[in-house]
Amino acid sequence: MLRAIGRYSLSIVHELGDFALFTGQSFRSALGARRLGRRIVRAGFEQGVRCLPVILIVGMFTGLVLGLQGYYVLNRFGSESLLGTLVSLSLIRELGPALAALMLVGQAGSALAAELGIQRNTEQIAALETMGVSSHAYLITPRLLAALVVYPMQTALFVTVGLWGGSLSGSLLLGLEPGVYWSSVEHAVKSQDVRECIIKAVTFGLLTISLCAYHGFNAHRCSSATGARAVSASTTRAVVQSSIIVLAADYIITSFLV
Amino acid sequence: MGADSNQMLLRIDGLFKQFDRNVVLDGASLNVPRGSLVTVLGRSGAGKSVLLKCLADVIRPDSGSIHFDGRLLSIGDASARADFRRRCSFLFQSNALFDSLTALENVALPLEQTTDLSDKEIRERSLEALRQIELEAHQDRYPSQLSGGMQKRLALARAIVTRPELVLFDEPTAGLDPLRRNAVFAMIAKYQRQFGFTALVVTHDLTEALIASDRVALLDKGRMCFEGTPAEFSASTVAMVEDFRDSAEALGRTLAAIRRGEALQSEDS
Repeated sequence: MLRAIGRYSLSIVHELGDFALFTGQSFRSALGARRLGRRIVRAGFEQGVRCLPVILIVGMFTGLVLGLQGYYVLNRFGSESLLGTLVSLSLIRELGPALAALMLVGQAGSALAAELGIQRNTEQIAALETMGVSSHAYLITPRLLAALVVYPMQTALFVTVGLWGGSLSGSLLLGLEPGVYWSSVEHAVKSQDVRECIIKAVTFGLLTISLCAYHGFNAHRCSSATGARAVSASTTRAVVQSSIIVLAADYIITSFLV
Repeated sequence: MGADSNQMLLRIDGLFKQFDRNVVLDGASLNVPRGSLVTVLGRSGAGKSVLLKCLADVIRPDSGSIHFDGRLLSIGDASARADFRRRCSFLFQSNALFDSLTALENVALPLEQTTDLSDKEIRERSLEALRQIELEAHQDRYPSQLSGGMQKRLALARAIVTRPELVLFDEPTAGLDPLRRNAVFAMIAKYQRQFGFTALVVTHDLTEALIASDRVALLDKGRMCFEGTPAEFSASTVAMVEDFRDSAEALGRTLAAIRRGEALQSEDS
């Protein structure tokens, strides 16, 4: 029993170390990478433009729900005028970065893990190495660098659409004066809230994209399956672990910044 | 030694590799003369692909040495390995083409990522490689839109676009019918002479290998049990060579024995 716990703990430490080395190597590879700009733009398109619809839809519904729930709760205390404060701070400090990251994991992260797993299976990654091309520099680095820009942008978009959603349900559906709503948004949001939002978005982007890339890149090391099943298993693991790490990192960052 | 290293582009000595307890390469040695087409024959599971992947640095051997152009490729000598990679190409059994890139982008990839050529030069050289391999008309197609033979040619175009001195071919005819096998070997022999690279092919197709190759080696249980010219192979009395050479006749004998057995059974009943 003790031995099993020890072995399991060691394997977790080993994997954490391996993951840290993988991420470090991906950033280090940026130094010698050729034509990196184009690949960053391409990765930005995959993570940004393709994920746009889901960010817009989920952002709008999150704002709508927050507006509805917030209005009914605040109405009990006669504080409907604070709806803008509630919606804006909830979105900017918590829900925006976390939900946008979860949407990006579901769309771009899973696609990345599956693509890398298939490339590993079909020897495309080995082919890069035999050509003398760093597979980290070619496949991982552009995605990581793109994530550092795309995640904050997508989060900003999510928050903006969410604020409009809150305004829609508060003003159009429940009769709150739009000026009251937007005025409370303006007064509530401080620069440190925006800073917290950006820090979270960048951290989530770095963690989730490198985790998805790590699992896809190492799909061949999956001990429980081979071939297509290994790709499927590594993609599932990537999405599950990324989702957990978003919420765990959210708690840690919040506890430090609050 | 000096004259030998000039003549031999690649020298493999005592390569050893095992996975868990399974010994795949057990002291394999091979000499590949410059400008020649050398074929390594062997049964499935004899260690041919592992030998090639050790050369290409996809798999790290446990022991043994590899000399390329007289220079030892050791793990610690990064510059020697980088030089080897620059001057060597690998053609995978599965072709390993990038399915999200067009034919032209696939061929351009090694030039884009390993040279400082301008975009215009890269495009010209890639188109030239596609033209030489008669695939220029398909430059905008994705690998999945090409036939198996075309994919093989595209993989070869990608392998030769960097003008390598050595091209490693891993089972280039695996899973192909006899006509396509002939065509692929003819293609390798043709382009090997046309571009002047040294070719090391691993395969289990005896007939095609004997016709197309300058030298032949036979790998069995991780060791080279024969190395020589096709003529020497045909005349060899080494037991494994005879077994390999006579495999078609052995199949005929086995089938005849089975038929005789069936005939006896029908007489008994």
